[in-house]
Amino acid sequence: MAETIAFTLNDKPVSVTTDGQRPLLWVLRTDFGLTGTKFGCGQADCGTCTVLVDNKAVRSCVYPVRNARGRQVRTIEGLAANGELHPLQKAFVEHDALQCGFCTPGMILAAYSLLLKNPQPTREEIIQGMSRNLCRCGAHTRIIDAIQSAAAAMMGGKV
Amino acid sequence: MNRHEYPNIDFTDFALDLDLSRRDLLKTLGGGIFIFFCLGDRAPLEAQQNSLPSDFNAFLRIGADGRVTCYTGKIEMGQGNLMGLAQLLAEEVDVRLESVDVVAGDTLLCPWDGGTWGSTSTRGFGPPLRAAGAEARMVLLELAAERLRVPQGRLIAQDGVIFDSQQPDQRVTYGELAQGQPIARHAKQKPALKSPSEFKVINTPHLRRDGLEKVTGKAVYAGDVRLPGMLYARILRPPAHGAKLKNVDTSAAEKVEGVTVVRDGDFVAVLHPNWDQADAALAKVVAEFDPSPSTLDDQTIFDYLVAHGGSGRIVAQGGAFGPSRTPLTVVEHTYFDGYKAHAPLETHTALAQVEGNKVTVWVGTQTPFPARDEIAQTLGFAANNVRVITPFVGGGFGGKGSVNTQAVEAARLSRATGKPVQVCWSREEEFFFDAFRPAAVVKIKAALGKDGRVASWDYSVYAAGDRGAAHFYDIPNHRTTSFDAAVHPFATGPWRAPGNSTNCFARESHIDLLAAHAKMDPIEFRLRHLKDQRAIGVLKAAAEKFGWQPAPAPSGRGLGVAVGTDVGAWVAEIAEVEVDPRTGHVQVKRVVCAQDMGLVVNPQGATLQMEGCITMGLGYTLSEDIHFQNGMILDRSLDAYELPGFAAVPQIETVLLDRRDQPMNGGGEPAIILVGAVVANAIYDATGTRLFQLPMTPERVRQAIAALG
Repeated sequence: MAETIAFTLNDKPVSVTTDGQRPLLWVLRTDFGLTGTKFGCGQADCGTCTVLVDNKAVRSCVYPVRNARGRQVRTIEGLAANGELHPLQKAFVEHDALQCGFCTPGMILAAYSLLLKNPQPTREEIIQGMSRNLCRCGAHTRIIDAIQSAAAAMMGGKV
Repeated sequence: MNRHEYPNIDFTDFALDLDLSRRDLLKTLGGGIFIFFCLGDRAPLEAQQNSLPSDFNAFLRIGADGRVTCYTGKIEMGQGNLMGLAQLLAEEVDVRLESVDVVAGDTLLCPWDGGTWGSTSTRGFGPPLRAAGAEARMVLLELAAERLRVPQGRLIAQDGVIFDSQQPDQRVTYGELAQGQPIARHAKQKPALKSPSEFKVINTPHLRRDGLEKVTGKAVYAGDVRLPGMLYARILRPPAHGAKLKNVDTSAAEKVEGVTVVRDGDFVAVLHPNWDQADAALAKVVAEFDPSPSTLDDQTIFDYLVAHGGSGRIVAQGGAFGPSRTPLTVVEHTYFDGYKAHAPLETHTALAQVEGNKVTVWVGTQTPFPARDEIAQTLGFAANNVRVITPFVGGGFGGKGSVNTQAVEAARLSRATGKPVQVCWSREEEFFFDAFRPAAVVKIKAALGKDGRVASWDYSVYAAGDRGAAHFYDIPNHRTTSFDAAVHPFATGPWRAPGNSTNCFARESHIDLLAAHAKMDPIEFRLRHLKDQRAIGVLKAAAEKFGWQPAPAPSGRGLGVAVGTDVGAWVAEIAEVEVDPRTGHVQVKRVVCAQDMGLVVNPQGATLQMEGCITMGLGYTLSEDIHFQNGMILDRSLDAYELPGFAAVPQIETVLLDRRDQPMNGGGEPAIILVGAVVANAIYDATGTRLFQLPMTPERVRQAIAALG
């Protein structure tokens, strides 16, 4: 049944009238045209669809859009602030922490959520925290390095 | 001509014999200088293997803004070839790297190409591109000489500017020369390629070109293209390969608001303006299928492959097999490898828009031109009425080279509905319709003399193919046979370094066994049997980087070594593992990889590929295996089919040998071929247990250790 769902998307108030059970992923990709959030499996296994809801990483492919009502949703398109890349985005570029790039938005947002909980994670904690995000190209070691380097850069309180 | 040599481009001027579409294209692109380079009989290997189109002239363009554009039929799927190609062109044309653009994988704009596979972007497309770049520079010098009225010999080209060496203020930029009408020509003199001592751009490390787009979500993949009125299609699929549709009832799906159902024989599709709602409507389709005629499963497949391998093809042989005068130790084993999925994170996706007798298709593919031809054939359109555009591809690994079904499906559905249609496969479809890396069997019988030398080697490979099958050791009597007539119960196809990982696993495991029988250090044993200087070079480089201390296996240290060759490159790896005998879990702690790939265009990009190969290789080595039964693929999710994750990744150290005076070889595949072998050899070194089947899952390792007692 169609219902109207209002939430904050990348710092802007939005609303959508649709079946509230639809996955947030497809509402973002089609209704809002935010295609940076990727479909990789639809089963919450790979993490390419990761977005932030109230600063927590969620799998948008299995997250009903109605659950976003009244919440803050952030996608990869909303991470850079005032034209300035987020330290994680910068670090991913500087470390070449990607190849095909399909897992990258999800990786960056999962890392963002991880660093909020644990601003200075050890290598082991990064491996643990990122374990549910898949990369097929094998950029893993560089992703770990990029997250460590971003964490160091963010020590100045810039998140 | 040796395909690894630079092509000797013919620089005599000739009348341009362009087909209509290409002449139109020049008009479309407007002014600038267009440099044509004839691939002809000096074509890269893929062009030689396919029927050549009537117009196979490629070109690069120097625009009025001074920018240089390379048009390539290759595509970017993560391997970073766009940077390498830009470097080659910037070097030879003599412009700054930032001034080079690359247009890739558009069948309207780009020259014909057989596909992005076999690590051919650099070693195949690179040499003619370099030659074209050198020719462009020469044409610019000719034009500058005319413009400045200065003898050409006095001119110097540098960073997009040409000046008179005697009067440096007499200068003209590439952009100024390119202004006005299109100039399409060849050079009158034969230019030389830059020598390694002159390199400013080639052989220098550069970050990826696409990093910024990819970290901001702006990078466009096939599924991200949006057209007004577009529909998403979900297609009815059989439960098993070979299962035929008996009957279908689409009435419940048709009642869903906004749904269109298309039926054409067994092809049933449900379309809706939203993918997820098309998917939900597809679930309302009730269909009955006859069972698959296939009765094979992942246990019985190996006997089947051997039984159906055909008469075999001798790939390499030498000496003779006969009774020996000296006593020999015969070592004989059979190696097994299961089916592997490509599992790119981007599933097969395409968006098609049919307009009249023309169609444009945005598709994630490694083979835009073959995809174009397949679409044209299915729709009955002329090939030049089909335009395939390849945006960024979200991983390929060979799996988006031979399967373009989704593009054909999208085109059929766009024609049927009169609307743009996107087909984006679900993860289940991605597994079901993958052209898997084939399951394979390798039988090796080798004999070791008392002198510690391998006296004979009889190698038979079933179903993997012969890439990497022939050994390169100094063995007097040897024979390599490939039995490749195998009929698989579903599609199989190239998977990163096709066949070579299976062959290296078998060969290098067996060499290790022989070294153990000879009670010799595995590196020393290999060096004693190697003659190829490049093989010796990478093995020594890897040993040095690792800090190898010689000892016969099993030493208890958990160290393994292997050497191999692929796409013209040589590679050696050393791995260190830790094995938990109770659980069978294998933790790879460190991998050192030394690679000789000839001239390295972008050492940074090459390093990424080596790291990616090693990481991806851990999957086929330790966990990835397709289970199936009666035509059904049982592993159809990324939960069931286990890709290597963060916890599996070791410390990776890479060494690129400096061979800048040598031809460019492939770099996207070599380092993956040894991962199975080095880990198997390291497990043996750690435990004294030899694993003969990939993947070496915890269960298999645990059982093998238990069987040893």
